Amino acid sequence: MDLQEYFSLVFSDYTLRTITLGTAILGAVTGMLGSFAVLRKQSLLGDAISHAALPGIAIAFLITGAKDSNTLLLGALVSGLIGTFWIRSIVKKTHLKSDTALGLILSLFFGFGMLLLTFIQKQPNANQAGLDKYLFGQAATLVESDVWMMATVTALCLFVLLLFWKEFKILLFDADYTKTLGFNTKFIDVLITTFIVLAIVLGLQTVGVVLMSAMLLAPAAAARQWTNSLSKMVFLAAIFGAFSGVFGTAISASQTNLSTGPVIVLVASVFVVFSFVFSPSRGLLFKQIRFIKNRRDLELHKTLAFMHHIAETHDNISHPHAIKLLNNFQGFTRKTLQKLVEKNYVTLDGNMWSLTEIGFTTAANLYTKQATEDE
Amino acid sequence: MNSAQIEIQLIASLVAIACAIPGTFLVLRKMAMISDAISHSILPGIVIGFFITQDLNSPLLIVLAAFTGVITVVLVEYIQKTGLVKEDTAIGLVFPALFSIGVILIAKNANDVHLDVDAVLVGELALAPFDRLIISGVDIGPKSLWIIGTILLITITLLIAFFKELKVSTFDKGLAASLGFSPAIIHYGLMTVSSVTTVGAFDAVGAILVVALMIAPAATAYLLTTNLKKMLGLAMFFGVFSAISGYWLAHKLDASIAGSITTMLGLLFLAVYLFAPNKGVIAVMYREKQQRTEVSLLTFLLHLKNHNELEERHVNHLREHINWHKVRAKNVLELAQKNNMIIIDNNIVSLTEKGDAFTSKAIDYIITNEDAQIEDMKDDFFLFRG
Repeated sequence: MDLQEYFSLVFSDYTLRTITLGTAILGAVTGMLGSFAVLRKQSLLGDAISHAALPGIAIAFLITGAKDSNTLLLGALVSGLIGTFWIRSIVKKTHLKSDTALGLILSLFFGFGMLLLTFIQKQPNANQAGLDKYLFGQAATLVESDVWMMATVTALCLFVLLLFWKEFKILLFDADYTKTLGFNTKFIDVLITTFIVLAIVLGLQTVGVVLMSAMLLAPAAAARQWTNSLSKMVFLAAIFGAFSGVFGTAISASQTNLSTGPVIVLVASVFVVFSFVFSPSRGLLFKQIRFIKNRRDLELHKTLAFMHHIAETHDNISHPHAIKLLNNFQGFTRKTLQKLVEKNYVTLDGNMWSLTEIGFTTAANLYTKQATEDE
Repeated sequence: MNSAQIEIQLIASLVAIACAIPGTFLVLRKMAMISDAISHSILPGIVIGFFITQDLNSPLLIVLAAFTGVITVVLVEYIQKTGLVKEDTAIGLVFPALFSIGVILIAKNANDVHLDVDAVLVGELALAPFDRLIISGVDIGPKSLWIIGTILLITITLLIAFFKELKVSTFDKGLAASLGFSPAIIHYGLMTVSSVTTVGAFDAVGAILVVALMIAPAATAYLLTTNLKKMLGLAMFFGVFSAISGYWLAHKLDASIAGSITTMLGLLFLAVYLFAPNKGVIAVMYREKQQRTEVSLLTFLLHLKNHNELEERHVNHLREHINWHKVRAKNVLELAQKNNMIIIDNNIVSLTEKGDAFTSKAIDYIITNEDAQIEDMKDDFFLFRG
């Protein structure tokens, strides 16, 4: 199946439609909540939570014995929350730093989860196969009820986000001020963290434990490059996330042997790289261009100032001088000279140059103007 | 115990020691999450190496994978330097992308590769003794034992050779640089050792257990001591202890060895986290409670000193004036009486001479801002500290 075929089938074929919708919704909701995680400097929390959710899935299965994805996700949610709050209490109560706490909880919970999974596999219970899809995710196992579940949670997220928008925003940027205003910061904090955990848990089935953190981070990190406004960033992140989901599904469906999760993550990474390079205000490309342009301007100014310095010593400012004179001066290049001519600051005559009237006044004002600007 | 069991425990213990050494420094340098990133992002290196050599234990594979690990670190640092995103976001962006490439490489070549992503993540220690290293027909032990043994030997040599440099650059980067140790070389050296250890250990115990073995013993040890040598020793001990006890737990439950070693590490950490003498949660909570009482006592004494009116000093009014709960007020009152700071006469509280002197000192203490002076005062003034 090639890409064209995929897009013609996406509306008619049940499986494709379900998966595409599922990944798109998932991308949107993780993008939205990921923006908060990134801005709160909790980027790696997603990684820790997704790993910490594994024992919850296994325990939920051990208790209920059923593979109903909603109960398993509930288990994942509980264990993810336990992990999150344990991380916080480690950071708060001991002198271990947050990275250690994250790594600890991540690996310890995951290892415990693996212990339980292998334990389950040895049980004489035919129902167990398929729990390991949570490790790497299998978008193909999505059914319509899963998509409904995602849609419901997304709607809930959206509702809560809009309802508490002001509180979330102010807590994000100035936690102390929020407290002095009398908001219950603890409640807002727990609320937003819970929703982040919820979004992560929701994605486990689709992209898996290992790659879930990228779903949370990548769209938000990409969106961050394009705007300085929180609402725009959340909106953009949701769009990037959704598109990563759709494109990722399309690419993986058009090739054999490609699992959806990694492809979605790679598509999201492409978004990130693109944003890093091409964002107009923060992007590396334009930063470099601005850098070069500034350097050129500086060289131009230096040359002009030097010329002004020489011309000052003569009564007639347009007295011609040899270009050679400029040679031991670093800022000078053929190009800058040409540019000065273009700007009508200098006239060239063979090997000689002379300042024009405009050139002289500009040069005279060059540093005085800057000096006043600096002050 | 048969020989396979002994070999498994030996491998697990060696891995634990080999991980504990770089792990301690990673934890101290606040770079614990880098080990997680490395453990995931070596996957493409392993896969490419496997395509070339077709042998999971070839040295080239280890070199390539370690190289990918270092690339991860370089990439993360490059992204951080651009200032576009925060440090931790950079880590979170790089390793899933590399891991995805690895997974896709495996999936696309599933037919010719006998490499399972699960195996990379989780490993299968139980199979390690069956892959023997045979030199000119003589069986000299399991391959992974030799690999991890070599890595451990190199790590220990490096540790002893550069202990001083590592120590200084971990605790005081500026001093290290001014003494002429290049922080960059030490940094990348540590990263290379971590990558090599991760790679060497992954096929025996899996990527996640490597992370657990690096971070958990070091973090547990850090709760118990602030001496670097003791911390290293404790971390190794905890690692080996969990490795061996984890093996027997797995034996009993008939479950994954890597999983149960991690579980043992988790239990160990939990125990220390709760009960560590100075830094454990219970100790911290107890200390916080004492400090609260201390502060209450001070407030109370200051209140007494400031008021001569009888009504302000009546036992029943204290609660309203200083805004305390009943229980706390009673505690503080008893404490003050026990220390001969106050006398209660006719339900009127007044300061004793000792209490008065103490309170004056306390006021001095509170209004003094200079550190040096405060250091001197601290001793004669807190009640609960030795």
